[in-house]
Amino acid sequence: MENFRYLPGVTTLKLNEKECVGCGMCQIVCPHGVFFLKNKKARIYDLDGCMECGACAKNCPTDAIGVSPGVGCAGYIIQTWIKGKNAAACSSVECC
Amino acid sequence: MGVHIAPKPPTGSSRQEEVCCGSPPEPESSRFEKPGFALLDFVEEFVQTPAGAVPRVKTALQWSDRAGTVKVRLGIKRDQYKIAPGLYCVGTPNSKAPVLVTANYKLTFDILRRELRSMSAWILVIDTRGINVWCAAGKELFSTAEVVRRVKLAEVEKVVTHNQLILPQLAATGVAAHQVKKESGFKVIYGPVRAKDLPKFLTNGLKSEQSMRHVTFSTMERLILIPVELAHLPKPSLWILLTAFAISGIGTHVFSFSAAWVRGIMLAITYAAGILSGAVATPLLLPWIPGRSFAVKGAIIGVLSAAGIVALFRSDLQLLGALALMLCTTAISSYLAMNFTGSTPYTSPSGVEKEMRKAIPLQAVALLVALIAWVGSAFAG
Repeated sequence: MENFRYLPGVTTLKLNEKECVGCGMCQIVCPHGVFFLKNKKARIYDLDGCMECGACAKNCPTDAIGVSPGVGCAGYIIQTWIKGKNAAACSSVECC
Repeated sequence: MGVHIAPKPPTGSSRQEEVCCGSPPEPESSRFEKPGFALLDFVEEFVQTPAGAVPRVKTALQWSDRAGTVKVRLGIKRDQYKIAPGLYCVGTPNSKAPVLVTANYKLTFDILRRELRSMSAWILVIDTRGINVWCAAGKELFSTAEVVRRVKLAEVEKVVTHNQLILPQLAATGVAAHQVKKESGFKVIYGPVRAKDLPKFLTNGLKSEQSMRHVTFSTMERLILIPVELAHLPKPSLWILLTAFAISGIGTHVFSFSAAWVRGIMLAITYAAGILSGAVATPLLLPWIPGRSFAVKGAIIGVLSAAGIVALFRSDLQLLGALALMLCTTAISSYLAMNFTGSTPYTSPSGVEKEMRKAIPLQAVALLVALIAWVGSAFAG
């Protein structure tokens, strides 16, 4: 994915290293290699690689990771603007 | 005394010659057929397990599977391509065989079973409403609760003696492994992103190499998305083209049908160039187009093809008309490219929202100026 880099400095991803128990789940589930484990603690290695899918936060047993998850889809975001977050559907959108 | 000649039984060939009853008969009904049920093409047979009969599915795809794949790739009834949730198997799995969990989108299921040739495994299909793994996980359909529910409904614990479930890595957006363990007793192991790496993962002691954990977005992966990008354009395009022809007729004679036709065709070609730039060329050339924002990438390709459009119509265009067509192609291309973000595996919602807030006002202004310039050019000419 080196050829594919998106806007830098936008992700909502946060890691609280104090809460981390070093289980390594974040490193396993991240599809972009954002995390790596060093001295039994998770570290953020590539913050701008994050696409906010939320897999890491979902699978963190101690809630040490925070991210505001969602889909990076313009069509969906337009729907949330028009219809509101709850009524927005992907049906008329090509992605999901 | 006569010689008794037994009547000859009718042979296949003599029947074939008959016109009335059509071609020779198909093979007799399979022993797995049941009144009121349809036996699916991809089911080979049923195997008896302590949790009931489980279909053994073929690992080679057939024409019917391929035809279905082509159909959904073209965007035809894409949201109605699903299979029944429950337990399936490939090969001859025993109580120690792995349990692979997947979505009930038939395209997903087909890719999985195709990669499992010469392997023995249980496949637990959960109800993701016919949506693929990653999208379903994002919508909380491939979820902790659904995995736990399906494990219990299918009575997986009666079929295997271990307590491991192998989930596709991309399901992690919707599934919390530690919660599944707590609620069902089964331990979730995340497998590779792509089904094609499963055989290696299974023989490697359930370990994924780094490359098996990361998503890719190859030219081929981008190419197969393009038909669906185009499939939802015909409806709005009808209105856009009607408007294009209508405004092209406005001029010094109030409204001229010949102008509507001649200038309308120029505008229609410009629109088509915008679609090709934003929904075909930009996705294909994505990694090589400068810029990170999709709206910018689309605008760059849009400007390039707009230059081609202006060159094509140079004898019929003045400055104002040329400006209108340039802006039109660029705005449409930029907008459609921005919409491609939803089909990529690397754009974050924060990033998409950021670029949209900047790009949409610019696209709207460009389009408005293009309209005014186009109508104005009819008076200037």
